[in-house]
Amino acid sequence: MKALACIAALIAVAPAHAQTTPGMDMSGHQHHQPAPTGDTSAHSTASSEKVSTDLSPPGTARPAPPPPADHAADAVWGAAAMAPARERMHHEHGGMRLHQILFNLAEVQVRRGREGYRWDGEGWWGGDINRLVVKSEGEARFGRRVEAAEVQFLYSRAIGPYYDLQAGVRHDLGAGVRRTYASIGVEGLAPYWFETEGTLFVSDEGDVLARAEAWYDQRITQRLVLQPRVELNLAAQDVPEQRIGKGLSTAELGLRLRYEIRHEFAPYLGISWDRKVGRTADYARRDGDGRGGAAAVFGVRGWF
Amino acid sequence: MNRDIMTPRRRDILRIGAAGALTACWPGWAAAVSAGVPVAPVSTGGTDIELRIAHQMLRIGGRASHAIGINGTVPGPLIRLREGQDVRLTVVNDLPDEDTSIHWHGLLLPFQMDGVPGISFPGIRAGSRFTYEFPIRQSGTYWYHSHSGLQEQMGHYGPIVIDPAGADPIAHDREHVIVLSDHSPIHPHTIFQRLKQQGGYFNYQKQTLAGQLSGRDQTAAERRAWGKMRMDPTDISDVTGSTYTYLVNGRGPADGWTALFRPGERVRLRFINASAMTIFNVRIPGLRMSVVATDGLPVRPVTVDEFQIANAETYDVIVTPGDDRAYGLVAEAIDRSGMAFATLAPRAGLRAAAPPLRRRPVVTMKDMGMDMSAMDPDMVDMSSMHMGMRDSRNAPALPLGPGVQTISPMPADRTAEPGQGLADVGGKVLVYTDLVAADRNPDVRAPSRKLEIHLTGNMERYMWAFDGKKLNEVKDPIPFTAGERVRITLINDTMMNHPIHLHGHFFELVTGHGDYAPRKHTVNVQPGGMVTFDLTANAVGDWAFHCHMLYHMHAGMMRVVSVRPAAAA
Repeated sequence: MKALACIAALIAVAPAHAQTTPGMDMSGHQHHQPAPTGDTSAHSTASSEKVSTDLSPPGTARPAPPPPADHAADAVWGAAAMAPARERMHHEHGGMRLHQILFNLAEVQVRRGREGYRWDGEGWWGGDINRLVVKSEGEARFGRRVEAAEVQFLYSRAIGPYYDLQAGVRHDLGAGVRRTYASIGVEGLAPYWFETEGTLFVSDEGDVLARAEAWYDQRITQRLVLQPRVELNLAAQDVPEQRIGKGLSTAELGLRLRYEIRHEFAPYLGISWDRKVGRTADYARRDGDGRGGAAAVFGVRGWF
Repeated sequence: MNRDIMTPRRRDILRIGAAGALTACWPGWAAAVSAGVPVAPVSTGGTDIELRIAHQMLRIGGRASHAIGINGTVPGPLIRLREGQDVRLTVVNDLPDEDTSIHWHGLLLPFQMDGVPGISFPGIRAGSRFTYEFPIRQSGTYWYHSHSGLQEQMGHYGPIVIDPAGADPIAHDREHVIVLSDHSPIHPHTIFQRLKQQGGYFNYQKQTLAGQLSGRDQTAAERRAWGKMRMDPTDISDVTGSTYTYLVNGRGPADGWTALFRPGERVRLRFINASAMTIFNVRIPGLRMSVVATDGLPVRPVTVDEFQIANAETYDVIVTPGDDRAYGLVAEAIDRSGMAFATLAPRAGLRAAAPPLRRRPVVTMKDMGMDMSAMDPDMVDMSSMHMGMRDSRNAPALPLGPGVQTISPMPADRTAEPGQGLADVGGKVLVYTDLVAADRNPDVRAPSRKLEIHLTGNMERYMWAFDGKKLNEVKDPIPFTAGERVRITLINDTMMNHPIHLHGHFFELVTGHGDYAPRKHTVNVQPGGMVTFDLTANAVGDWAFHCHMLYHMHAGMMRVVSVRPAAAA
């Protein structure tokens, strides 16, 4: 009780100090009635009109002062001591560089008894806006030379909340003709949470190719994720040396079910169907190669 | 009654003559069973206090993990001072290879003693020491923590209690300090890297197909709408109970920290949220709490069943447990992924049962800054409204860079609303508009100008900033002339909470209480909401101004505020 009395007394004393200051608009002030119990849970001012009890800035507001040219701490600790600390403080709050290496596909493919492997991954190093990106994808059969493989070195720049513009070079490493390309594309998160990527390639022979890739992570439970994925390759012209025909050349559809033991380590299994189409399929037929088909896949999606 | 209990009574506390005082090794206030804040704290020599920063192991729930402690404990020792005294605090950096610092959160002091490396002072090098020296000009519940790197996440924090020079206006028979925090065995730099690498990395309460099929959370249509916006409505906390253990005074829920009381006593609980990333909802089932102070300063008592405490805020509450039984002290993480839990008991050995976690809330359109209810169809000219998620006409001065994912089209003043997820929990929940200062505000002039600051972010890239610019991209401070009074409005363009802290000052929330406006050093701006406060910029110097979500700050959500005499400006 002593406490309540004490608080009530304090509140009761307070209004006595509330004298009008010259130039103040006190017209709306009427809230200094102490609640007898000292409890304001039902205090009238809490719910009454808000602005009326608070003074508003005048119509013609004063301008802000110009930012100072000095740093206050320099005068106390010396500019020589403060400068490196200040630089570090600035860098530590938003300027850090990080990295990630992610393999969305790293898998064994079983196709009519023949076993091969396939990978598709990328790594990035840098800050929020500017990054170095390295991408690689390819496939091969066990015991044979790598069929198709490529690596891209890209400068990546954030151009919006969700998308990065990426430009650089691509180099083919697989069997057959090895080409180098200039590469430009965008990568990012589309509405409805689709991860998307579109890239245009111009080879050192002047050939123009393109690729579009998209996937979606359907969370079944917190750790079980179904990922449909599509990859399309296109060409603006026939490239007979590489057995690529004009138009849509290959299509790849995948459905993979992974279990995220951790987000960084998720074993999966699924099916992948790929197909050479159009004039690219004609090349394959003439060469006596297959045009593709379905494969059972199992692998690990991982990143660090 | 219970003779085994030490009984720190109000009169004993008043008897303490020594001004500066510091408790010994594992401080009594944080012992496994605490009788309360020590009656006669061990003085380290008048006004001289030494704080030693070093690596150590921390045992939580029987498991050891790495931490940075102060004088061998996490949290650090309670620093108990008296208003009007001078204090000398010597910080010894025993870390082998990194700088450290201590910021005295909420204390009014000369800027060069504020403890922010690069702003107030150069920092404290490994193996060296630094002595802070300043007068104590205030009283109440405060705290201290590292402002270097991410050390705060590793345990580098502790409580400060300052007794008033005269009689304490908040009468009580016993008091306990309750430091809430979050601890992870993962190194904070790794936590930050994971947040940058994958949005929602720590969220294991996402919406799933299984949830949809069983009718939980959003409907299919809502899920499509939110998917179209690329917004995750379950993103409540960036870092969650999937890696955090939530602590009361350095102890996990299984450790059973116990605060003792005698039935009928007025027990003052000094809550400090020392978390890196966690907002807590605090309640004591079976007990109503009378909130008597916030951020150290007394408010008119307001009785509540639950209150939300954002990072770096402090609340003093009085409880009067009448029954001879144990009460559970529940501090549930805002995303309900875990809780800090302790027991209030009349004697050692009693243990309250922790209630189950409540279901996590789902973000609403209002949290996206689309407050449809605020629209008065008769008053509003719809053609002038820009309802896009990222329409620059809603913030013309804001640079629309990759770091600005959304701009609230209709931000609402949410200070009269319970915090996120508390609208439907039942009982009285504290809201900011309930807070009325006990003492008249020292400066009641009308502000002479206005300042609007947008709190911006991109959850996918984990970018956070003021006005779309990270601190590392900004050279100039936010300038103030000494003595000027400015009305500042913080507009939250994101769907996350942002507890914003200004160093070296208190500001008055504009919540309808005139010259009894509640004064705070940290204010939480709700998702899609806005908060207005009046600031008297009366502390000359440079000061940090930032979001107290540690990784938001680390990502760049910080500015320097400069206060200069008028002549120099």
